[in-house]
Amino acid sequence: MREIAFRDALREAMSEEMRRDERVFLIGEEVAQYDGAYKVSKGMLEEFGERRVIDTPISESGFSGLSIGAAMKGLRPIVEFMSWSFSLVAADPILNNAAKMLYMSGGQFGCPIVFRGNDGAGGQLGSTHSWCVESLYANVPGLKIIIPSTPYTAKGLLTQAIRDDNPVFCLESERMLALTGEVPETSYTLPIGQAEVIRSGGDCTLVSFGRPLYFCIEAAETLAREGIECEIIDGRSIKPLDMDTIAASVRRTNCCVVVDQSWSFASIGAEVATEVHRLCFDDLDNHVFRVHSDDVPAPYAKELEQEMLPNARKICEAVRAATYTA
Amino acid sequence: MTQPESSTEPRGQQEIPLPGPDVLRRWLRDMMLIREFEVRCMQAYQNRLAGGFLHVYNGQEGVAVGALATLRPDDPIITAYRDHGHALARGMDPKIGMAELFGRIGGCAKGKGGSMHFFDAEHHMYGGHGIVGAQVPLGAGLAFATKYYDEVIGGGTSSHVTLCFMGDGATNQGSVHEAMNLASTLSLPVIFIVENNLYSMGTAIERCTAAGLELQERARGYAMDSAMVEGMDVLDVYRGMKPLVDRCRATARPCFVDMRCYRFKGHSMSDPRKYRTHEEEACWETKDPIELLAAHLVDQDHLTGEAFKQLGKDIRAEIRAAVKWAEASPATPIDELYHDVYTDRWGPYTGTSMPEFLNRRSSDRGGDDA
Repeated sequence: MREIAFRDALREAMSEEMRRDERVFLIGEEVAQYDGAYKVSKGMLEEFGERRVIDTPISESGFSGLSIGAAMKGLRPIVEFMSWSFSLVAADPILNNAAKMLYMSGGQFGCPIVFRGNDGAGGQLGSTHSWCVESLYANVPGLKIIIPSTPYTAKGLLTQAIRDDNPVFCLESERMLALTGEVPETSYTLPIGQAEVIRSGGDCTLVSFGRPLYFCIEAAETLAREGIECEIIDGRSIKPLDMDTIAASVRRTNCCVVVDQSWSFASIGAEVATEVHRLCFDDLDNHVFRVHSDDVPAPYAKELEQEMLPNARKICEAVRAATYTA
Repeated sequence: MTQPESSTEPRGQQEIPLPGPDVLRRWLRDMMLIREFEVRCMQAYQNRLAGGFLHVYNGQEGVAVGALATLRPDDPIITAYRDHGHALARGMDPKIGMAELFGRIGGCAKGKGGSMHFFDAEHHMYGGHGIVGAQVPLGAGLAFATKYYDEVIGGGTSSHVTLCFMGDGATNQGSVHEAMNLASTLSLPVIFIVENNLYSMGTAIERCTAAGLELQERARGYAMDSAMVEGMDVLDVYRGMKPLVDRCRATARPCFVDMRCYRFKGHSMSDPRKYRTHEEEACWETKDPIELLAAHLVDQDHLTGEAFKQLGKDIRAEIRAAVKWAEASPATPIDELYHDVYTDRWGPYTGTSMPEFLNRRSSDRGGDDA
């Protein structure tokens, strides 16, 4: 099968859906003439024209709200945030309007919309630009949150997100956009809310979402050399969270480490741990261990940033502790 | 309603033809209906039949009725939390609105929205929004959507107008400025109507808005046409809005309206109104939009004192019946909690369904099911 980059997989999903459904349009800062700040939308202006690929002023709150209004009327906007860090100034429209419109209107007005962009540390961008929003936003009812980790899942999940009748947040990573992988040329969808076991192993279940999966794979290889076999689960979606797949794995390994790039306090990692404790209480040989970004603002200096984020070393330490092999 | 007769009524400098007496009498009825609805809402609130926050529209009825009269039925409207008047003027059945206030299943949002969040898909009323200014980008989005349907999907030219209402307090909210800039740069057919009742909650406009009453200056910053319209007399509202709506429809360009009006009651039910004087209130009360139109109609021999009285009686009966209907509507069942969070079923969520008034429209019209 051909291999393409993550950013191209995202573009294929958007372009295919725009060909398929005239109601779908792309809007955001620099998405049209600039070809996208990260070139995800490269060439889309040329194909779809300026009425469907729309450059906006730097007004996240304004264009998010505008797109939600359009979605209330039945259009299906794809809103690109250059970075999810910038979505914070649009918190009111995306959390109060998109997430709650269906409910507050008693089922009259839905909000079929996708917000997508880079999430997590980009690479020495400092704390304002390095937000991991998954734990913040997962707390809000009415949203779905997907977090693809490969070009294949990026295309399949984003296609499904665009077809979904609910607001879906798609969290990508600047650090993964150039990553290549096998992606079918035809259109396909992957269900939102279904995790995938990407490596089998009998000693410890590693659960992660998005970019830290690569740190998990790196850690699993190191640990395998020590005789510890990890089973790795790519969560793919944070809300809904596929606890069935996670619990089934933990029942086999009797051990679980969650790797979540957001901060530890009141986080996705905490949520997964709680649910594993509830569902697998009698199966666990140890409590669930968690690896997160350290509970500090993201620093600029390279070494500090690396130390702050989840990494293979931290994961190895957690797995050894969880399996009593430390 | 049939085509308006063109009986020209010169007022001030404008010579916009007014609709005929039947339409004017309906406006009077609509304004009186809103007033009576609000009076009964306040009563219900004091009797604890309604909870949460309640912001009534008394005094501003002419704005919603006059402005909406310039629209086509499928032109979208959106407003803030003082929304009862807009919903009723658009055609929402008062009993559906009252049931929403009472938190009943018969309400427009099945009791999930409350006073600040009235929605009516049938009448293209897109809410009812509780956060000051939040509805303004949404309003720009509704205009974006009508234009997109008309031009990109329909292949024709933009032919709809969106009215986006806000209070004067909203003009100091960032999202409003972002929305106005977007509407102008994207050329969207939306009219931003500031219902300038001179107070954002309890703060007088000159205390919180740099240019004070020069609100139109804000439109200039966004290369947008603007107008000042007197909002107490529904005829002024209609005559002020009609050319703006027609031009917006023809050009698909946004516009900004400083609509001067006054709320007769406080910001909400907990407002002692210490920030303004009784003299000021009394002065504005002489411009009651209902009395102004009634006087005009009597003056023109289009309404008798007797008919006006009868109209008042009929409306009181209608709203009394609405309150009764709402009280008889069952409390929203607990399983509705898990409905309408998502359109699909997963976990505790049970999908979505339309409110009763949209489902059972035909039987509702058949007779009184109170």
